[in-house]
Formats: sequence, C-alpha cells, structure tokens
Amino acid sequence: MVSDQKPLGSWSVKQGQIITCPAVCNFQTREYIVVHDNKVLRIWNNEDVNLDKVFKATLSAEVYRILSVQGTEPLVLFKEGAVRGLEALLADPQQKIETVISDEEVIKWTKFFIVFRHPVLIFITEKHGNYFAYVQMFNSRILTKYTLLLGQDENSVIESFTASVDRKFISLMSLSSDGCIYETLIPIRPTDPEKNQTLVRSLLLKAVVSGNTRNGVALTALDQDHIAVLGSPQAASKECLSVWNIKFQTLQTSKELPQGTSGQLWYYGENLFMLHGKSLTVIPYKCEVSSLAGALGKLKHGQDPGTHVMPRFVNWETPQGCGLGFQNSEQSRRIEDSEKHIEVEVRKFLALKQTPDFHTVIGDTVTGLLERCKAEPSFYPRNCLMQLIQTHVLSYSLCPDLMEIALIKKDVQLLQLCLQQFPDIPESVTCACLKIFLSIGDDSLQETDVSMESVFDYSNSVHDEKMEEQTEILQNGFSPEEDKCSNCDQELNKKPQDETKESTSCPVVPKRAALLNAILHSAYSETFLLPHLKDIPAQHITLFLKYLYFLYLKCSENATMTLPGIHPPTLNQIMDWICLLLDANFTVVVMMPEAKRLLINLYKLVKSQISVYSELNKIEVSFRELQKLNQEKNNRGLYSIEVLELF
Amino acid sequence: MGEFKVHRVRFFNYVPSGIRCVAYNNQSNRLAVSRTDGTVEVYNLSANYFQEKVGCEDGSVKLFQITPDKIQFERNFDRQKSRILSLSWHPSGTHVAAGSIDYISVFDVKSGSAIHKMIVDRQHMGVSKRKCIVWGVAFLSDGTVISVDSAGKVQFWDSATGTLVKSHLIANADVQSIAVAEQEDSFVVGTAEGTVFHFQLVPVTSNSSEKQWVRTKPFQHHTHDVRTVAHSPTALISGGTDTHLVIRPLMEKVEVKNYDAALRKITFPHRRLISCSKKRQLLLFQFAHHLELWRLGSTVATGKNGDTLPLSKNADHLLHLKTKGPENIICSCISLCGSWIAYSTVSRFFLYRLNYEHDNISLKRVSKMPPFLRCALQILFSEDSTKLFVASNQGALHIVQLSGGSFKHLHAFQPQSGTVEAMCLLAVSSDGNWLAASGTSAGVHVYNVKQLKLHCTVPAYNFPVTAMAIAPNTNNLVIAHSDQQVFEYSIPDKQYTDWSRTVQKQGFHHLWLQRDTPITHISFHPKRPMHILLHDAYMFCIIDKSLPLPNDKTLLYNPFPPTNESDVVRRRTAHAFKISKIYKPLLFMDLLDERTLVAVERPLDDIIAQLPPPIKKKKFGT
Repeated sequence: MVSDQKPLGSWSVKQGQIITCPAVCNFQTREYIVVHDNKVLRIWNNEDVNLDKVFKATLSAEVYRILSVQGTEPLVLFKEGAVRGLEALLADPQQKIETVISDEEVIKWTKFFIVFRHPVLIFITEKHGNYFAYVQMFNSRILTKYTLLLGQDENSVIESFTASVDRKFISLMSLSSDGCIYETLIPIRPTDPEKNQTLVRSLLLKAVVSGNTRNGVALTALDQDHIAVLGSPQAASKECLSVWNIKFQTLQTSKELPQGTSGQLWYYGENLFMLHGKSLTVIPYKCEVSSLAGALGKLKHGQDPGTHVMPRFVNWETPQGCGLGFQNSEQSRRIEDSEKHIEVEVRKFLALKQTPDFHTVIGDTVTGLLERCKAEPSFYPRNCLMQLIQTHVLSYSLCPDLMEIALIKKDVQLLQLCLQQFPDIPESVTCACLKIFLSIGDDSLQETDVSMESVFDYSNSVHDEKMEEQTEILQNGFSPEEDKCSNCDQELNKKPQDETKESTSCPVVPKRAALLNAILHSAYSETFLLPHLKDIPAQHITLFLKYLYFLYLKCSENATMTLPGIHPPTLNQIMDWICLLLDANFTVVVMMPEAKRLLINLYKLVKSQISVYSELNKIEVSFRELQKLNQEKNNRGLYSIEVLELF
Repeated sequence: MGEFKVHRVRFFNYVPSGIRCVAYNNQSNRLAVSRTDGTVEVYNLSANYFQEKVGCEDGSVKLFQITPDKIQFERNFDRQKSRILSLSWHPSGTHVAAGSIDYISVFDVKSGSAIHKMIVDRQHMGVSKRKCIVWGVAFLSDGTVISVDSAGKVQFWDSATGTLVKSHLIANADVQSIAVAEQEDSFVVGTAEGTVFHFQLVPVTSNSSEKQWVRTKPFQHHTHDVRTVAHSPTALISGGTDTHLVIRPLMEKVEVKNYDAALRKITFPHRRLISCSKKRQLLLFQFAHHLELWRLGSTVATGKNGDTLPLSKNADHLLHLKTKGPENIICSCISLCGSWIAYSTVSRFFLYRLNYEHDNISLKRVSKMPPFLRCALQILFSEDSTKLFVASNQGALHIVQLSGGSFKHLHAFQPQSGTVEAMCLLAVSSDGNWLAASGTSAGVHVYNVKQLKLHCTVPAYNFPVTAMAIAPNTNNLVIAHSDQQVFEYSIPDKQYTDWSRTVQKQGFHHLWLQRDTPITHISFHPKRPMHILLHDAYMFCIIDKSLPLPNDKTLLYNPFPPTNESDVVRRRTAHAFKISKIYKPLLFMDLLDERTLVAVERPLDDIIAQLPPPIKKKKFGT
C-alpha cells in the first residue's frame, strides 16, 4: 500500500553507529533486519520502539547485504563472498566465515531469485576493471564463477546492474558508462561448474543515458520486456526516469526529476520507488503487455527510425538490419517512409476496429506520434493523425499537443477537423485557430482541402432568394419610421444600393467561410474567450464582423431564420459571436473609419432585434395570462363538488 | 354504470415525516423505516412492498448508546476529543471504526485502544471548508474502511496501516449515508443533493483477478437530503427528507425482467388515515398529534360529466382535537352517525361523544376507560353505532356496547392459542352480526357477534390483507391482498363465492396486477348489490360482477366515454372493471349515499411546498 501520508514506523541507531546494510523484512517472521557498523546484526518487529534494546548479534565478518524474498529465509552475503542462511548464522553468530573472492575483488551488486522454488543468488565483483559474476545455487550448494567480457568497449565502467530471470537464464543487464545497456545471459544450470567460464555481453539499448553522467544512474528490470532507467538522457539535460520497451526498443514513458536523484531505483509491486531531491518518490507503473500498437511512434529523438521494430514482428514492412548514421537527405526520406508505414499500420488497425481496448490504443498511438513530432520537427504524419481524429474517440484533453502542433504547422484542415470533433477545446486554442483562419492568405487557402459542408454557395442563390419583403421580415413588425436614430437612417438611405451590395456578397472566400463556421460551431465560455479576442488585429476583427453580418442577413432572408446548407451556423451562434467581438474590441472598432458602416448596420440590427424581442415579450405575457385563466378553470381549489360518470 | 356527485377534498393537510433511517433484513426480506416523527414502519418486500406494520412506540426519537459492557468496564476505549457520528464493526467483531469530526478512529476491541486515527481532508473543491463531518463509515471484512463525509467525499482507507487508499469526490454537498451489500461487492451512498451513487467492485480489466471500487451508477430520485440508504441483494433503497421511500432494483441482479424490476417510490402510507360519517357528511382526518373533523359542503345544482357544480355551502372545519403528551396517534375512527369519535395512542385509548345542536358542536370525553383498552391497532363502530370494536395490540378483540353517553364491555375474543399476532384490519357487517379481523399473515377470522364465538377462518393466503369489507344483505366478505388479488368469501356459506372462483380461474388483467399501490378501502353501493367499490392511491374502481371479466387483450382503462359507437360494440367491449384515474393521489374514497362520493386527494405539489427548501444547485454552468 502506498501512502502519501506518513511513515508507518521509524527506528534509528544510536549516534556514532552507522547503518552499513539496508534493512530488509523477513517475510516469514515479519521481523526487520539491519546491520550497523558492518558486523552488528539487529532484528526487531513493529512493536519495538527502541532499536538499541532489540535482538543483537555480532558477527565475525563484515556483511555486504542481507537479501530477503518472499517464501524463503533471508540470506546474508558477506563482503568476502561467503553466504549464510539467517537461521544458521544466528545459531552461531561467531562462526568462521570463509573467503570466497580474491584480494582487491569488491562486490558491486547482488540479487536473490527463486527459480523453481530454489533460491539462487547472483553477485557481481570487480577487480582492476574486470567483472566477475558468481551464481550460488542453494539446492546444490554449487558456486559458479564467470568472467564478464566487455567486448569492444574495454574501457567502460559498469554503473548499474539489474537482472531478470526466465526458465534457463538469468538475464543480467548492465548500464555502462558509455550510456548503453548491455545484456548478458547467465545459465542457471552451469554446464561445468568447476571451470572458470566467460560470458560475453550484447548491446541491448544504445545511448539511453548520457555517457558523461557519473552519478544518479540506475536501471531496474520491470518485466521481461521493460526496464526503467534513471539518469540524464543528454549531457546537459535534467535527470529523468524513463521506461523502455526492450523488445521494440522504444521509450514507453519518461518523467523529469528536476531535483536530481541519487541513483537508487527499486520496483516493487507495480510501484517504482526512487529518491528525488530529499524525498522518496513513488510512481505507480504497470507494464502493459508489449505490443506493436503500444510501442508505435514512441521512438525517441536520435534513434534511427528504421530500427524501432525488431525482426520478430512480422507485419512490419521496414527493411531490417539498417545501419547506423544516416545522411540528412536520407533521414528525411526515412521519415517519409516511416510516416507511410505508420499510416499503413494505422489503417490496418482501424480496419479491425472491434478491439476492446480500442480507445486506449488510439489514445496511446496519438500521444506517441505527437511525442515524436515534437522531438523531430520534420516528422508530421498528417494523414495518420487525420484518420485517428476521425475515429471520434479523441478529445482535446487526451492529446493537447495535437492542436498545438497543427497551429505551429498552420494546418487549417487539421484544425478544422479538431474543432469539429473535439468537445473540449480551451478558449485560448479556439482563439488561436481563429487568428490563423483570419490571417492565412487566400492563396495558401486554395491549396488546402477543408471540409465545405457548413458553407452554402451563397453567390448563386443571392438573386433567386432575394425577397421583396426582406426588410419587413428582418424587422418583424418593427417599422423603420419609428426609429429615433434619424442620423443613421439618413445615412443608410443615402446609399441603399451600396448597402445591398455590401450585404449580399460574401466578404470572405468560401474556404475561409468554412473555417470560420467551424469556430462558430465550437463551444466556449464567454469569460474565458473575451480576453483572447482582444489580441486579434483590428482589420481581422472587422473582416470577421463583416462575415457575421453577412451571415445574419442571409439568415433573415427566410422566415425560419436559418441558413441553407448541411450544417450551417445557427442564428444564435452568429449573434453571440457578434456580441463577443464587439465586447472585446469595441474601442478599437469604433476608431476605425472603415468599420463605421458596419457599426451602423449592426446598430440597426440590434435595434430591430430589441423591438422583435419586446414584441415577443408582449405575446408571452398575453399567453401567460391565458394560461392562468385556463389553470384557474382547472384548479378547483381545496374543495369542490364535481360530476363523475363512469362508463 | 353510474353518475355521481363527487366531493373532491384537498384540504387534508397531511405531510409525511422525513425518513431518518432504513434497515434491511435479508432473512425476512423486510425493511424497517423510521421517520423523524418517531414512527417505525415495516415493509414486506416479498409481498409487493406492502407496509405491514406501523409502530408508534414512542413519539420521541431516542438516542441509544450501545456500549458493550466488557469493553467499557474492562478497558476504556481511548477517549475521543469530539463526537462520534458513525460506527461500524468489522464483520469479525475485532475492530470498530468510528467516524468523528475531521477524523476516523479504528479501535481494537480487545485492547480498547485506538490503533489508528485517520485524518479526513477538510478541503472542499480546493477550498478549506469548515469541519469535515464523517457521516458514515463501513468496515469491510478485508479491513477496508469506507467513509462518507460532509465535504462530498467517499474515501477508502486501509485499517491495517491507517492510510488513505482512494478518494472519490462525488458531490458538492454532504454525503450522508452509506450501506454495503452483504457480499461486500457493492455499496450505495446518498448525498444531500438527493443523489444516490452506486459503487461496485469490478475487475480492473476483463478476466483479471485484481478488482477495484468503481462508481458505477448515479440515481436522482430525491429532491432533498438522502439521509439513509440500504442495500438488499437485488435493490438499492433510499429515503430522506423528501419523505419518499425509493426502492431501485438493480437490473443486473433481477433474473426475470417483469414488473418487480420496476422502480418503487412509496410516498403515502398503506393504511387509512381518514374515516367518514356518512349520515352527517363528516370527515375525520388523522394526523400524528391531532385529529381534524370537517363537514362537507353541499350543492343544489346538477350537471353533466366533468362539470364543477357551484357550491351552496362550503366545507367547514368543525373540530381540532389535540392529543395530550408526545405520543403519536395510531388509529382513529368516527361512527357513521357522527356521534362518536375514538382514537388510540400507544398507551391510551380515547372515546368522545359528540352533540350537534344546529351549527354548534359539543364534545364530551368518555372517562374511565377500562385498563384493557390501552393500545388499539384498529377501531371500528358498528353501522348503527351501538357497538365499538377494538383490536388491541395484545391480539384481543374487544366488543363494547355504547348507549347514551356510557359504554359497557361485552366481550373479548382472545387470540388463537399459539398466536401472538395482533389484528390490524377490522370489518363489520351492516346487520352487525359478523365481524371480520385480519392480521398481517395469519389469515382472516370471522366472528359471530351475536353468539360471541369464532364463526370461521378464511383459508390462508400468502400475501397480507390490505383492505376488506362485508357486503350488506349477502354478507359476502371482500378481501384485497397486497399482490392485488381480490377475493369474495361468503360468510354464511363459509366458502368462496362463485364469482370469486371465476375470477381466480380466469385471472386478473395484467395491468390490474401491475399497480404498485395497495387497495386501502372497499365499500358497497346500497342499491346495487353487484357493485364493489375500491381504490388505491392512483385509481378508483367499481367492479360490476354482472359484466364479463376483462382478459389481457381488452382495454382495462378507457377514460373516454362511448360516443357514436354502436350498441353492439359497446356491449362487447364493456367489462366488469370501471376505472377512474381523475383523482390522485387518492387517500380515501367512499360512498356517502347512492349518488354521492367523497374523494380525498393529497397533491404531491402541496406536500413539496411544505418541505424545507432543498440544497440549491447551480444549473447550466452559471
């Protein structure tokens, strides 16, 4: 149970004593064991308060580690390489401890496994830059020594070890000072225990941490396919925790640890424990079954794209065995290839939609792709992203980077799609989209392929649909003669033809209209939108207002007050946006001479709206009175006598 | 079929008390409901959710502090600084979890010491609120403690380590109640916003053995605080300030998707609170602590179906009779002639004599009640008002002779040996010869009042009786049960009538059986012996025994009068059940004379208007 609340118990040794071996729990007796001053063993349990008063045994040799796993008694590994079971040791604490390893040989790391119910201990020693592995089998009491050959890189120092075990081998993974992870397979059952055997190591992952870091590097195996690495990915960057999939050679996830770490990392019960600054950080992490879909697009920058699939995955069409180090042109070709391949795979995956974890896989895929997009500016699998958005399972909060990248790339088509599909776009992003939609040049718009669903070809229908009684419907019984704003009336009357012309031709090209309609359809909250609207340049505001006014006039051309088309903006959306734009930029628009005509038109529009609403109010009040009368007829009060006939 | 003048009464100002606590018992499938006025009701969930018993043992709510002596005296529990508001025992009885203000304590029963004090976060939506009150705790057998608190949280704690495992913020207001299913794989919580949330223990992924608690379903059946919840194997039960008892079956647990799987909302008591003096056109209303006597108005006008007639005289409030002391009224009755009123509380029986002189009314209490008349479950006057029948809570039936202003105890039928069940429903024949009495399960006994002996016992039936009455002339006893079956039993012949046998053979219409409120009153038409009048909370029905019974293909309820249909079609579709749903919720309906009915309605809106205002909720993101 991981709690962020409090330590469940805390004990300390006396001043002057030094704990020389991490405390472990004896799972069989529920006791804790610690060694201080190299030779003094202490055993206690939860009820004990003072460590000084608990069981004490002074041993004859210095202890390297006490090792404890569930289901067996703890083992004590001495610095000289000897191993004892705890029970046997406690029976005679002063017993003589033999020396197993040679002089100047130092134990670097150790781990304790249960293989087929038998305990197996492995420890690694170092002497003058040479590494040795010792495997102690407890069922047969056989100790086997192996020499680890470092291969070409003879000078490297091993920083950290971890190991996992399967049926026949212990897979020993080591993180070297060159930043690479190597794997060594050690047979559990030695072929010839007497002979000193050698083992070679093979490169598993290249450059997972910077070669220069000297401290705070650690790795631990999470399961057969996943390892966690603690360290700085690049020389100058902050330390971070990364989880790698070694099967697909991909980065699963990574987390920055800005306060630094001390190179200690444990994995226990689906939680990663590490020191971060002055605190113990616990990160729950559960390895998912390693699959290509999960690994897709999770390649880290600097890794060449060809190798992120291992040959054992058959569907992949990438040529195998790609060498290292591409030229730039080749790299861009590779990226294109890789985008193609991803697209093919995504299409295949989407074709068999019916997987139970469809949502999660789509989410993971997008996140992975975007991570790579951010790392590699030239990588932009646009078609792939479009397909994924159209699955309807994405939302803004699931992949906020998607729109950010599309904004940087000025990809209006993708933005339009996002605006149509995502229910939860923040107002700032909506506004950023609006800015791009208003500012993008007509010529660059021509090249795009935006959805024109919401736009009706207004130019064709203008004259057919133009109705004589347009003004009358627009004003809904409100007579212009009553208008007290004689000034604007005069001005309007002066140029009636201009006005008609202005109002009936769409001020923006159809593609831009489609994009703006996507904005009109998006959900927003006024409070959050208003501040962002203030940042839009004045001429763009005017353009948008003109477009909105045009839409309004189009709306009022028919009696239902709707626009033609499949999914047009509604009158409410149009009116709300006019109000919003004017609220946000009123002073700016008022100062602009070219906006004067528009403002006058809008003023008139508002006036007519007010009068319509006041008429509606009157009608509503009359209806309410009628309803009241009707209710009074039905409501008989507390007592009445009625006639009932049963048939 | 018949045309009636209906006195439509809505001045019965009855407001049910808020539900304070519900408790479900799995063995008997019964639910106990306590209300804020101190009454306890028992519902039989097997018998169509019928309210079997109402206990008004005491008019006050008493707080009992149950402390096991052993713990208290041998070892003191560690002293707690603040009040303990909720307690839950570990199923093994070794530990107790106690919810206080701002923290939860876990006590070891053996040592009596608090082994953990788990601090509950006061934060409410990021704002540090007032104190956080732990309204409820539940201790699961795996050591998990679930707490609900005033900051709207449902939290899971590990009692072994005293640490918070998981927290769900589910409401902006208090979460006030929690109940765990017996299997501990599901639980229910109720909030002050009227919402009930269902939590279930589900596998993290399909076919994984690892399980986690997930909030699965929200229900909003209440407008006010959900003060209490219960969890039966197949349903979530909730009750609160808005006085409704809601039983929401869990669809995944219901094997047959029949009408039992429907939501039940019980608002009105399944018993009569109203009695009627036909001769003087009076209504007696029973409230928790007083009685009201009203005289109905009158009209001289006539009209056609649906007309409201002008009143020549309005209804009058004649009397307001307050009880002494804090005890609730259990039952009350006014005699047909209107000269006697009787009522009973848990410890006293009251009888009043009323005198009417023109518009004046005088009331005289009959003093010196005999000691055996202390607590009555049901009171009934004979039609000629010469006899009073009292069903005591001890199981005896007393017959009292009334004459002038005095009374005389005639006889007491003692309960059958071996039974302790008290009778809670009484019916007397109009000639005064027969008295029928029914308990909740032991069947109906018919006594001969003249000979003062047991005449016969109606064969036992699985479902409790909800209403019964004896028809004039024929002395047929009509009995309605909670499963909506209606039987007719001939008292002189000591057997079911032919009509009743036919009905049983053919079966009732499925829509009739699917009504979810019990029939609470049965009466007869003095001039039409073939008619039985009965009603539940949502309909009034006249059964015409001379007409064919409807089968499942016929339309049971047809609110539209026949217009231009030919006589043949009309005759073919006419059936025995004539139903009116005009009056609802209908608390009482009776025939005053052959052409006049009285209906007492209690519109829900009027009740809601008298409840305290619910917690205001923001709407539409404003």
